[in-house]
Amino acid sequence: MSGNLTLRQPMSTWWWLRKRTYFVFVMRELSSLFVAWYVLFLLLLVRAVDRGDAAYADFLDWAGSPVIVAINVVAFAFIVLHTVTWFSLTPQAMDLRVGGRPVPGWQIIAGQYAGLALVSGFVWWLVTR
Amino acid sequence: MTRRRIEPLVWLTFSGGGVTAAMFLPVLAFLFALAFPLGLITPPSRAHLFDILHNPLTFLVLLGMFTVMLVHAAHRFRYTLYDGLQLKWTWQIAVICYGGALFGAASAFVILGGVF
Repeated sequence: MSGNLTLRQPMSTWWWLRKRTYFVFVMRELSSLFVAWYVLFLLLLVRAVDRGDAAYADFLDWAGSPVIVAINVVAFAFIVLHTVTWFSLTPQAMDLRVGGRPVPGWQIIAGQYAGLALVSGFVWWLVTR
Repeated sequence: MTRRRIEPLVWLTFSGGGVTAAMFLPVLAFLFALAFPLGLITPPSRAHLFDILHNPLTFLVLLGMFTVMLVHAAHRFRYTLYDGLQLKWTWQIAVICYGGALFGAASAFVILGGVF
């Protein structure tokens, strides 16, 4: 008999395909890849803007090519998943109190959507004005 | 000991990056990755974007945003590989994930600094 007896069930690599909630959990975690992708994408945009009119036009052409558009449509869906799940988990991670009273979860969530609307409106205005 | 001091900082950056990505990426991704390249909205001129990026405040804000979002992504992806795919090369994964984030942050500094 081994002195160091550990009872651990080996888990399948595909355990997360068994249940819908597991699947959503893994998709939510995978959104991290697409956050990194968009940072890279935006940095390439900044570099193109720095390099001049031709580079900027080339960037827009590249970004409009079918493969990149397909990647970006998928990536956008993952970003929406990230935003929705992040907002709905915040009340569980944060114990917000105003005047000693806990703020109800739905108010924290609503506050974040208000923040999202404000930020989106500002960025949209700044970029397209 | 270093591990204990660094861990809360990584979690804090992870949260900051999560909030930043949730608030800023939907509009940035929609405009620059979909609406402008597909011609749904007329893209801004290069000069207009250059003016925005030339501002020191934009430099600081974007550098901070990009850095925390990369740390967020690295931290979360690290645990996706551990827990999701049950990969056991723990330190190798950590080095690749955080190393990638640091490399990205340094690149962001160089690229944003170039315009600014």
